Amino acid sequence: MEPENNSRRDFLLAGLVAAGLATGCNPKKDPFEAGADGVQASGKKVKLLSVDGDVIEVDEAFLKPVPHLPDVSNAEARIGIPGKKFVMVIDLSRCKNLKKCQSACNFAHDLNPGHNWIKVNPMKGADHTAPYWEPTTCMHCDEPPCVKVCPVDATFKRQDGIVLIDSDRCIGCRFCMAACPYSTRVFNWGEPDLPASVASQPYSAETSIPQKKGTVGKCDFCADMTRMGMLPHCVSACPNGTFFYGDLNEDSVTNGADTFRFSDLIKDKAGYRLMEDLGTKPSVYYLPPAGRNFPFESGLENDKTQNS
Amino acid sequence: MENSIKGEQIIQDLLPRKFKTSGRIWVGILVAICLVGAYAYYRQLRYGLVVTNMRDYVSWGIYISNFVFFVAISLVGSLITAVFRLAGVKWGAPLTRIAEMIAVGAIIFASVIIIVDMGSPERFYNLFLYGRIQSPIIWDVIVITTYFFISLLLLYYPLLPDIKILLRFKEKSGPGLSKFYSFLGSFWKGSHKQYLLSKKAINALCVAIIPVAFTIHTVTSWLFATTYRPGWDSTNFGAYFIAGAFLVGAGSVVVAMYIFRTWYHLEKYITPDHFDKMGRVLVLLCLLYLYFNVNEFLTPFFKMKESEAGYLNDLFSGSFALTFWFAILTGIILPIIVLLFKSGRKPLPMFIVGIMVVVGAWFKRYLIVTPTLLHPFMPMHDVPQMYKHYFPSWEEWAISMASLAGTMLIITILCRIFPIIPIQETLDEHHETVK
Repeated sequence: MEPENNSRRDFLLAGLVAAGLATGCNPKKDPFEAGADGVQASGKKVKLLSVDGDVIEVDEAFLKPVPHLPDVSNAEARIGIPGKKFVMVIDLSRCKNLKKCQSACNFAHDLNPGHNWIKVNPMKGADHTAPYWEPTTCMHCDEPPCVKVCPVDATFKRQDGIVLIDSDRCIGCRFCMAACPYSTRVFNWGEPDLPASVASQPYSAETSIPQKKGTVGKCDFCADMTRMGMLPHCVSACPNGTFFYGDLNEDSVTNGADTFRFSDLIKDKAGYRLMEDLGTKPSVYYLPPAGRNFPFESGLENDKTQNS
Repeated sequence: MENSIKGEQIIQDLLPRKFKTSGRIWVGILVAICLVGAYAYYRQLRYGLVVTNMRDYVSWGIYISNFVFFVAISLVGSLITAVFRLAGVKWGAPLTRIAEMIAVGAIIFASVIIIVDMGSPERFYNLFLYGRIQSPIIWDVIVITTYFFISLLLLYYPLLPDIKILLRFKEKSGPGLSKFYSFLGSFWKGSHKQYLLSKKAINALCVAIIPVAFTIHTVTSWLFATTYRPGWDSTNFGAYFIAGAFLVGAGSVVVAMYIFRTWYHLEKYITPDHFDKMGRVLVLLCLLYLYFNVNEFLTPFFKMKESEAGYLNDLFSGSFALTFWFAILTGIILPIIVLLFKSGRKPLPMFIVGIMVVVGAWFKRYLIVTPTLLHPFMPMHDVPQMYKHYFPSWEEWAISMASLAGTMLIITILCRIFPIIPIQETLDEHHETVK
């Protein structure tokens, strides 16, 4: 474990320093040593900012772009971030089916067409009630039916509330898909069409990249972004601020522009969860579509592309 | 003197026979179907489950229907062998081996088809590395394995006295088979001590197999009933599955009885009386299954809960209505009507009823899996159009047909190697009646 870990860390550090970012890594082996990886020094130096805030010089030849890799092992990814309990609030009065959340999610996770982890459904409670648009993600249930039925612990619940998938372990039995009442899970029926640089990456449960043939995928609450203290892609992509994300223990959720006390928001706007009667205890809350910002019809045009 | 001549005649009648031309053609057809299925599976392995027409909503298709069907059929081994034996039903004795052969063939292909359904079968070993006991799939793996071995032993132990007889006819069975027979049973001397030991073992297995048989099919029903979905979320499911399983198993035994009887001219051993009695068993099982069907559909129909209405309407009068009423009529109602008449329990009508029961049961399994998946709680939206329908692709048909052909091939091979009707038991019975 140790040697492999070191080389990966070194590799990561090289990439991160190259990108001008600071991390807390302290490599035991100097990756910038001449001759490392068979690269010859070019003699041209580049100035960079180190972890400690010092300006350092590195030979240009040793800089190379690396794909974004989370700095966590799969074992760590299974545990989650201690002390956190992530929740999402979706304000239905703000949604007009722009599907920016969906396209941002698909782009960030390299999903193939048709594999939408976020679906925006036209909903109608009863014959004479008003229709509205309802974006759905994985509900990250506290009593997740999918985790209960998984025979190999490939899908798991973390202590911070996020439900993730280990695609290196999934056997593709699809019992979780049958068990999920929210139909949130998506199967890779064929080989995903991915750029070689993405397909060759080691799988990470936190980024859910790369998706693999014969395994299940789903919304991961952008666990990698969350670990960096950033918002999930759908939250930041929505121009209407429909999605709020935050930590239940801190009692605060934000859509990037506005931040609310979670308990107040749920109380004032009568927040609820989907299919409460099933006892799945979702981590995604909805605010009813009262006092809407947009008429329902404004979203119809956008619905045609995939659902005609 | 006449008695022993009669005994020799029985042995000659019941010894396994080489395939004639028709037998070879039959085996050839089965092998051909299996090869087409193997090619389809090769394509599935190469390109993934995308070659099937299963998609995110109908994520289980006819593979799982076939799995349920095979598990159901395999239950007959426990019914005919164990239940009849423990209940002291003597007339069932000539049918036990047929039932056990069907059970072993079906349970093997139940395991095969479940691996075929896996998206990543190369990771099958994960079930043993990371298996989690709270998943009903692990329960299924455990009980199916157990059931397979008990069924195999229940086929094997009663064979031992017959193998001793088979070994007497080395020139008839040829050197290869004789070697195989001595490997299997040369230790069997037929001594009193061995006889008692074997009887004890068979009795113990008969007691053991009944709870295991109930468990395999109950657990199989729980693969569905442990989910929330309309049509699966039912407390009736275990009993409903078991009743259906005994029915289709008994139906398949009737079909096999008729085919073996005609093919091998066993009219003296599988008599119209056997058909009549199996007919009575079958009609009882039909009535039982009908009862569970009424339970399964009438109360939800009465309430028409919003979440179940779409599913129920689709079955009763919608796109699945034709299949649904066909399965109910052909698989349950018509057999009951035919079998209530004495002339309906004659060999040929019984054969036809058996086929109806088995075919109806297959469609019933299809209806248990697919319609529910097409009626999820959330609307089917933001997915490609083809996700909203399901009709199996040629690869799915080919693989499913191959699994059926494979089961029949196993049964065919078993009846080529071993006597279809237990010879020693028939001899014993004959001696008793002569005395």
